[in-house]
Order: sequence, then structure tokens, then C-alpha cells
Amino acid sequence: MALDLFKEKGTPVERQSFTWKDLVRRPYSKLDDDAFTRTRVILMNGIEADALRMKHIFARRSLELRPHLALVRRAEHHQQTLVNWLTPPDQKAIETTLGFEQLAIEVTASVAIHEPDPYLAQTYRFGMLEDFDHLYRYSALYDRLEGKDPNNITQSYTDIIPGRPTAVEHRHPLDDLRRPYNAKTAAPLSKLHALTITAAEFQTHDYYMTVGPTFTDPVARQLYAEIASIEEQHVTQYGSLIDPDESMLEQWMLHEAMEVYNYHSCLAYESNPRIKEVWQRFVDYELGHLHYVMELFKNLERRDPAEVLPRELPEPIAFKEHREFVRKVLSQEVDMRSDGTEYVDKSQLPPDHRSLAYQAQLNSEGSPSETAAAGYQWRPGTELAAKAERMGSVLEGRRLQ
Amino acid sequence: MSKDTIADVGANRTGIKTSPVDSKDVIAEARRAKPSSLGDARAIADVRKQYMREACDGLGSVPPPASLKGMAKTAMDMLKGGKPTVFIDKLGERLAFERSGVRLYEGALSKLEVFGSWEGGPSRELLTKIMDDELSHFALLVEAMEKLGADPTAMTPSADLTSVISMGVPAAISDARTNLRQCMEALLVAELTDNASWELLIDLARGLGHDSLADRFQLALDAEAEHLALVKGWLAAGVSTEARAPMDSATLPAQP
Repeated sequence: MALDLFKEKGTPVERQSFTWKDLVRRPYSKLDDDAFTRTRVILMNGIEADALRMKHIFARRSLELRPHLALVRRAEHHQQTLVNWLTPPDQKAIETTLGFEQLAIEVTASVAIHEPDPYLAQTYRFGMLEDFDHLYRYSALYDRLEGKDPNNITQSYTDIIPGRPTAVEHRHPLDDLRRPYNAKTAAPLSKLHALTITAAEFQTHDYYMTVGPTFTDPVARQLYAEIASIEEQHVTQYGSLIDPDESMLEQWMLHEAMEVYNYHSCLAYESNPRIKEVWQRFVDYELGHLHYVMELFKNLERRDPAEVLPRELPEPIAFKEHREFVRKVLSQEVDMRSDGTEYVDKSQLPPDHRSLAYQAQLNSEGSPSETAAAGYQWRPGTELAAKAERMGSVLEGRRLQ
Repeated sequence: MSKDTIADVGANRTGIKTSPVDSKDVIAEARRAKPSSLGDARAIADVRKQYMREACDGLGSVPPPASLKGMAKTAMDMLKGGKPTVFIDKLGERLAFERSGVRLYEGALSKLEVFGSWEGGPSRELLTKIMDDELSHFALLVEAMEKLGADPTAMTPSADLTSVISMGVPAAISDARTNLRQCMEALLVAELTDNASWELLIDLARGLGHDSLADRFQLALDAEAEHLALVKGWLAAGVSTEARAPMDSATLPAQP
């Protein structure tokens, strides 16, 4: 059922309150809940983190907006806490990482499928193949570090195979910039997509930068350092899709609409009733924020929010597997590279291209992503299952000395 | 014998005696200040108890048996008054532990290559043999779970819990700054748990009437008992070797 952004007013900002007990509630189950419940928690934590980040930057730029930003931002900080604290404490950083990459693959795939602008859609497909490779690299690490099966986390929704190799994803910063959408002509859905994916990638970057140094294994530390660098590239890439000529209030209003859209999408797919209740409550909170900003937009900019916002929310982001789509994109676009804002086949890059030089320098002392996944082929029960099968259970009990 | 030790004199700054003047001042100021609220450490216990009462689902569940044959067997056990999921849960735990154990010994072998061993310490051959034992125990448990119709690739609640409990073991072994002697401390934790857990699993199997499985598990326990004795011996020899080492012994790894 489509949600009318103008009719639905949600919960007013002044009625959005929390207690510590409310913020720190029972987490989902790492073992029993659906993998997409984990990815939704990861996504919405990222969206709220981005809401805070954007509002802090805007507050530095405008004395007039400062009190309004502070009011809404506080509610969003607490929303982020409640959502992120749904993460169960038995879920280790590497397992959450697998969830981050699964989210990046499946949500970017859904966005790429529904994106009306061909250039933007290509950008999403391009980035998706890179995150797809990260899942494979981290899976190998998880298997080889702890002897555990990454599919325990991904639950057979997502392929664990190489994508565009991480080692060739490193690009010169100028080859990560993209052409922004035109705020006046772009479809509202395109704007919601760009804001969503930028927020998700930003949080992925921040997460890897936070947990990377907590690993003791040197290859793990290197792999997080390497993939965090790609996430920084992705934030540069997706962030540059946003039209810089939009006013702060216009971007803020769109961000609130994007938050409504994402919580609404979570609500449409959630299977855990306790978590579903959270999504419903926050759809209402975000509608409250949206209407707060719509008023500011009318009063301060003297513009009609209908110039910017869609009346009804588009079809929800699909929290489901996209294996067929991802395999097709992989077979057709794995060799795409980026040259400035454009996409070309790798054969079209001259040998002295700035990105090739950049990449060669970074990888000159070895490639962590290649090391971690050297010869790695996922199979159920980890790569040791094949070895154990060959060996059998004949050794037990014989004397060692 | 490796020259590296872990207990040399250095610039450790963590103790209060590092700063006699400042510490005296800091202690006096802390004594003067009053706590901001009444009560004691029991306040934390009260919150913990509140959350425990609400955490009714626990960590998660054991998946249902995958095959019809398995279901029949499970149903039979049910009739015997048992709760077969307990057995499956513990089998899943052992399986996960043994599989992780292979990775631990891979890590110990890397340490051996860089730091070398000591008099009475582990050899490459014995570490490899233990690693192979862990792998074969993993294979044994895969076979046992499949026979019962259970899914050996599932992470059961006990498998999850044991991995949380032993989180520091792989972390200590994969830390580039620890040597083989320090790894023995981590392996001792793993082997002690492993021995006790196999004993429990054997009792459980016998109690449920899985005698042939229990016999095979006993062979695994025999091997594990040897692993434990070896690790304990290697550690003891390592510590006493270090205690006898001169104060100025090198802390750097042997050159490749």
C-alpha cells in the first residue's frame, strides 16, 4: 500500500521520546532470525548515522537552521542507538562485516534494478560488483581465521564467489567522481536512491575503520585497511551523484523522505514482529521529521515541497536475493573500469592511466585481498570440509608418540 | 632453542609505582571525592537480572533434522523420553570447535617457523599430527550428525556460545606479537575445554543409547588426552627454559 507523504503526518518531533531501557532492548538472534533482518538493522544504522553527519555539517553552515537541526538530530541519534543496539552481542565484528557486504550487494542490486536513469543504474551495478567481491574476500578470511562457515551469516541468499577483484578496484580519486543528477529534472526516486546508497557506504567505511584495528591477525588488519579504502572510494562515487546545487533545506527534506522510504521498505519485508514494531514506530517518527522540514521549506525558502518530493512513496527496496541479476551483471560488466566520470572496458585504459599507476603503487608490497582468498573456494561447512572428507575419521585414537 | 622471551625488563608504565609523586596526589583526590549515587556493585546485577528475565529466546535454536531418516531416528529418541536436540546441539558444538582447532594449529605451525621451538617444546611433526587429529575429529562429527539427520553446516547455540567463550584463543594465536610459547597458553585453554567436552559428549551419547558412536568418540578423547598432555608439557618446558634464560636475551624472532 503506497504511503502518501503529504497526508501522513507521523509522530510530532516533541513526542519522540526514549528511555535507556527502550534504547537497549532484546537484540535479534544471530542464529534464528532471517539474514535480511540483520541487513536491515545494518542499513538503518547507516541511514541514521548519515542523518546525524549531514545535520552536523549543515549546522556548521547555518545559524538559522542550527536549532532546528539540533532538535531533529537528537531524536535521530536515539533512533540510531535503538536500531544499532538490536545487533546481538554474540555477532562478532567479522560476522557483522559479512552482513555489511551482503546488504551492500542486495540493496544496491534492488536499487540498480529500479533506478530510472541509465547512467545512475550503471553506477550502482559498477559498485555492486565490487562489494560482491568484498563478501568473497571476507568470507575467506572468516573461514581461514576461525574455521567458520560464512554461509551461516548469509543463509544461502547470496553467492560467495569473486566479483571484480578488489586488487583492481583501487582507482585514482578523480576516477571515482561521477556526474550528479540534475535536481530539477531527476526523478524523485533517483534522489532517494543516491542518498540511500551513499549513507550505507559511508557507514560501511566508518565501521571498517573502527573494527579493523581490533583484529590481531595481520592479514585481517590489512584486509580491513584495503577494503576500507574502497569504501572511501564508494562514498566519493555515490556522494558525487548528489546535485550540489540543491539548497541545504532541499537536501535535508529529501534526506527525511529517504529515511521514511527506507523504514517503510524495512517494514514491508520484516519477519520478526518485535523488530517490525520498531520499523513502524520509526516510519512515524521520520514522517514527523519530514513534516517539520516541509514547514521550514515553505517558511524559509518560500517553496512548495511538492516541487521536490513525490506524493507517494515508490515501491519499497526489495530485501530479497538477487542472484540471477548479480550473475548477469557479473558476466557482462566485470571488466568495466572507470575513466573520469565514464565507464569503459579495461582494454580501453592506456597502460600509463593514472588509476593503473595508483593501483600498482598501492599493491606493490602485496595485495591483502589476494592473500586472504588465495585459492579460496567456498563450500558448505568451510573449505576444511573437503579436506576432512578426503581424510575421513580414521586417525582418531592412534598414538602420537 | 629459541632465544626469545616474553618477560624481559622494560619500560612498562601501567603500575602505580611508575609515578610516585603523581600517584600519591591522585589517590588522595579520589579519597576526598564522594560517589555521585548511593549503592554498590549490586546495582549492575539488578539490571543484568532484569535483562535475563526478558531474554526468553536465548541465543537461538537447533535446526530441525533435514532428512526423513533423521526424523524417524529423532522421533524414536523422543519416544525414549529424550530431547534429541540437546545431543545435536552438543555435536554441533564439538564439530565447530574441532574445525576451529585446525586453524589454531595452523597458526601454531606458523609461529614455529618464525620463532622456533625450545628444549622439550613442540616439533613440526607433532603439531601437524595434532592438526590432522582435529581435522579427523571434525570429519567424525560431520558423519555422526549426518547419520542422525542433522545438518552439520548449521551453527547450533552451543557452537555459537563456545565460540564466544573462546574468542581470545584464535586472537592470541594470530597476533603477530605473540611467540610459540605464548601460543601454548592459548592452546592449553582450548585443549582443556576440548577434553572435558568430549567426556561430556561421550556420557551423553551412552545415556541416549548411541553406544557405537560413544565408542568412536572415546577414541577421539584418547587422542585429545594426548594433545593435552603434550601441550602442558611443552608449555612447562617453555616457561622453565625462559626462567633460566639470561636477563639480556633477545626478544626478536629468529631471522628467516
